[in-house]
Parts: sequence; C-alpha cells; structure tokens
Amino acid sequence: MAKVFRMVAKDWGPFEEQPMTLFSAEHLTMVFGGLVAVDDFSLELNGGDLIGLIGPNGAGKTTVFNMMTGSLKPTEGKISFREEEITGLKPNAFTRKGIARTFQNIRLFQDLPVIENVMISYHGRLRSSFMGAVLGTSLYRREEKEMRDGAMALLQRVRLSDFANERAASLPYGQQRRLEIVRALATHPRLLLLDEPAAGMNPQETQELMDFILKIKEDFDLTVLLIEHDMRLVMGICQRIKVLDHGATIAEGTPKEIQNNPQVITAYLGEAGENGVA
Amino acid sequence: MNKTRDQLLTGLSVIGLFAFLFWAEGNTSEYQIRLLNNTAIFITLAVSYNLINGICGQFSLEPNAFVAIGAYTSALLTMSPAEKQLSFIIEPIIWPLSVISIPFWLSLIIAGCVTGFLAFLMGFPVFRVRGDYLAIVTLGFGEVVRVVANNLQTITNGPLGLKGLVPHTNLWWSFGFMLLTLFFISRLTKSSFGRAMKAIREDEVAAEAMGIRSFRYKMMAFTVSGFFEGIAGGLLAHLITTISPVLFTFFLTFNLLIIIVIGGLGSTTGCVISSAIFVFGSEALRVVEEPFSIGALHIPGIPGMRMVFFAIMLVMAMIFARQGIMGRGEFSWQRFFEWLQRTGGRLRSSR
Repeated sequence: MAKVFRMVAKDWGPFEEQPMTLFSAEHLTMVFGGLVAVDDFSLELNGGDLIGLIGPNGAGKTTVFNMMTGSLKPTEGKISFREEEITGLKPNAFTRKGIARTFQNIRLFQDLPVIENVMISYHGRLRSSFMGAVLGTSLYRREEKEMRDGAMALLQRVRLSDFANERAASLPYGQQRRLEIVRALATHPRLLLLDEPAAGMNPQETQELMDFILKIKEDFDLTVLLIEHDMRLVMGICQRIKVLDHGATIAEGTPKEIQNNPQVITAYLGEAGENGVA
Repeated sequence: MNKTRDQLLTGLSVIGLFAFLFWAEGNTSEYQIRLLNNTAIFITLAVSYNLINGICGQFSLEPNAFVAIGAYTSALLTMSPAEKQLSFIIEPIIWPLSVISIPFWLSLIIAGCVTGFLAFLMGFPVFRVRGDYLAIVTLGFGEVVRVVANNLQTITNGPLGLKGLVPHTNLWWSFGFMLLTLFFISRLTKSSFGRAMKAIREDEVAAEAMGIRSFRYKMMAFTVSGFFEGIAGGLLAHLITTISPVLFTFFLTFNLLIIIVIGGLGSTTGCVISSAIFVFGSEALRVVEEPFSIGALHIPGIPGMRMVFFAIMLVMAMIFARQGIMGRGEFSWQRFFEWLQRTGGRLRSSR
C-alpha cells in the first residue's frame, strides 16, 4: 500500500528547491462592520513546518483560515506564497497555486461517487480543452485515465478504494473526513490547511488521524497548518503553536511553552476571580 | 468487450431511429409528423436547459428568452426579401436584414451562435448572484427579451410577428439536431468539465477550494445551453411558420421546467423520456379542454385546462417523487439489460 502511495507521490515529479519562507501573512486585519474579527495577524511558514493555530471559540481562527485560503479578502494586510503576492485572488487560484484546505464541517460533493470527488481535484491541472474533452481526443482520454488511476491510488492509500463507486454521502463520518483530506491532497498542494480535522472523533480515531497527518506530511513533502480544539492532537504533533484570542495573537511557541504560558491559561480558563468582579 | 458492444448497440439504435423516420415520413399523417418534430425540438430544449439547471445546479428561468432569440434570428435570416416587405406593414425592416436571405441550415447555426453569444454576455451580470436571486434575474431577462421583441418594430415587426416562414423543419432536421445536442451534452456531462459543473452544483465553496473556477464553468454551461436552445428556437420557428412575442412568454419556460423536473433534474435520459411524455401527453389531454357532459351537467370547453393538469403533475412530483423518473441516473446499455432481466423475471414469477 505504502509503495503505491510513494509511486503516486513520485509521479508528481521532483520538487524544486523550496524557498525558505513558503507562506507569509503580514499584518492581516479583518473587520466585519464594527467588529474587528482578526487584528494584525502575522504568520510565516517555512517548508516542512507543522504549525497549530488554537484559541477559544470566537477567537478568529476560522477567519484567519478563510483569509489564508482566499475565501475572505483581508481588510488590511498582505499574503504571499512562494515569494509571490496572492492577496485578493479567488479561492480557486489559491488552490491552483498550491494551497489546499479541508473544512470544519465536512463539505464533500455528496451526491457524486467517492472517486469523482477526488477526480475533481485533478481538473485544475487538465490540459485538454473543452472541445477536446467533448470530442474525446486521445490527449483527453489519456488525461481522464491518469485522473482515474491517480484518484484510485490515493483512495487505496486511505483504504477507501472499496467504496470508490459509492455516493460520498453514504460513507461513515470518519471516512468522510479522510476522503476530504485525500481530495485536498489530490490538488497537489505544497501547503495543506486543516480546519479542525479531529472534530467529532474519538481518542482512537484522533490517534490514527495524527499518524495519518504525519505520514502524508512526510510522503508528500507538505507544510501543514491546522486549527484544532483537541489539545492532545495539537500538542502531540505540532512543532510550533500560535494562540489567538479575540482576534489578537496572544502567544506563540513550542507546545511546552504554550502549555505554561499564563496568558494562554487565562484565555482558556478565565482570570481568577474575573466573574466576581463584573 | 462491453464498450464495443455498447457502441454497436448505440449505432444500431440511431440507424433504427432513422429507419423509423424514413418510414414515418411516408406513412403517417401530417399531424403525427408534427408531433414527432415537436418531440425532437422539446428534447433538444429540455436537454440543454437541464445542463444549466440540473447538471450545473444554477436554477435559472430564461429559456424562453433564448428560444425567442434563436427563433427570430433564424426566421429573419431565411425569409425572402419579398416576404419581409409584405410582413412589415407598420414600419419597414432595417436595411441589412431586408435583403438577407440565407439557407436554412446556416441560419440555424447562426441562430445558435447569436444566442450563445448573448447568453455569454448575459452571464456576466447573472452569475454575480446565486440561488433565488439568480432565478429572479434570469426571469427578468426573459421578460426583457419579450418586451424588446414587442417594441423593436423595425427588426421584429412588433406584436404582429413574422409570418409566412417556409416550413423548412422536417423530421431530418429536428432529429438530426436533437442527436447532435444529445451527443454533445451527454459527452460534456460525462467529461471532466461535466464533473466540475456537478461539483459546483453539489457545493460551490468546496468546488472553488478544489481549484474549480466556478464562474467560468457556470458561463460555459450557460453558453452551451444558449447555443442549443437558439438552434431549437430556429427549428421551432420553421415548424410553426409564424412567430410573435406571445409565443415566448414565461409559459414556455414553465413547460420546460416541468419536463426537466419530472424527468429528474440532472438526468439527460430523464429529459428525453419526459419530453416525449409531455408532447404526447398534452395532445392526449386535449379532451379535457373540449366541452363534455356528465349526465345533465354540461361543461363547456375550458381552454388552458391542460396547464392545470401539468401544474398539478409538477406539484405531485415535488411532493411524492422529487427524484423524477430517472433521478440523476443515466441510460446505459448495461443498466438497460439488467432492467430487462429484472422485469422479465418479475413477469415469469407472476405467471
């Protein structure tokens, strides 16, 4: 199984030398009406990083995520990827440049077969023209086969190949999560953003997910940023952690530093006697 | 190989269809031929309308506009200068159109291109909005085209419409273009581009996140849909030989909507089946519009009663069979044989 996977990874061709800074967000600010959802957020990701973004509910994590994937245009600030400014581009352009994401609440193409869910991610790299696809030129037929074989190999990797022709909606929850990650992988990302990947999973499943994330990071030479509530997962695999509260970055450091940071503890548990003061 | 077998069977069915048409041309009444033509045109319309509504999932209500544009374009291009002069009695037709007269097939292609191009232009404002708003904007566009046709006297001859078109549309043209549309759209739907459109239907945000340029593919579906609806409009004009703005009201769109919903939104096969049912069904339902008596009770004929029936059918379909006839399934020979076997088995066991 692993062999197939490595073969797929290799098919993507040798990765060119990664620039040291893969992704950078500088002074991102997002204002909704009168509410400052994210205030002056900066982040730099180097190739091969595995960074966690945590914070209490409403801290602005998902807003940061949406800015980093192009779903939201930041009110202020600049986003660069591989030394190219991409602020203000559409989400599909972010993806085609190499930033893939998953969603907090799973968003699969429910009524389509599992394999087509993955094949859709290949479409952005299709070379055939529209007419070529309709008329079925030999180039298109070859590409279609490549898409199908590639998708199948990825599905095998996550033990979903038996369900290739089932509707995506019919899969159990845990498998839907895996399918979503595989679908993001099929876009050939350099940077993978995971939005609460362990949401709704039991400890056993979370453990499997941790191993899975580490494995794909290795095999696909990925840089990973994840938002997560599950501290076990974040503390277990992240190299560095950034903590948001009320839109502002309150701490940054290794898991150990974060665990002992008084500000972080305050943000999560509230200040001693805070409720009494009013 | 199954693939070779399927291609062979498809080829044979097409030959069979043409053999039937050949036979029908000489052995059936004018009325029956007209019904067949109608069926082919409605299949063309429904299948192309389904591309934007069912496959790409953009609920739009403009086909009456596209059919009107196609019909007027093609009619104006084929009418002889003399005929045009006779028709335009209130205001004369403007210059280049007054002398143009080109072959029928070419006028159809141009009608398709003009409609496709207008669909493309219209797509820019239309696809800035989604969902209910999209439906409203496209509905408005349909009305705009009708009003323009009513008032642009020097081109469309206003409410008088265009009369005396040569009845060029025959079984060969209508079924020929129907097959072309079916071929093109079913191939498109099965291709990677069709998958991208379905992804947009399922979840546009996720499709964007997977690198699909949703705006581009919506435009693509809309333009292709406009192209074929324009051709169908040209065929329709040369079938009924008289066109006027009242032909292209929202009712046309409504009928097509019933067809694609009952066929199963998103299924090309379903569109074909329900178009045929619709055309023949609405002929059969003519009885309800005739005067009839139940005992002493005498009911005079009520024109438009058929529409009530179709509206009720749509309501029923929405409540009891939202999937329509085919759901989102498509015809394949494999499925056909399995179905035959199942029904055969059922017949044997019931005996």
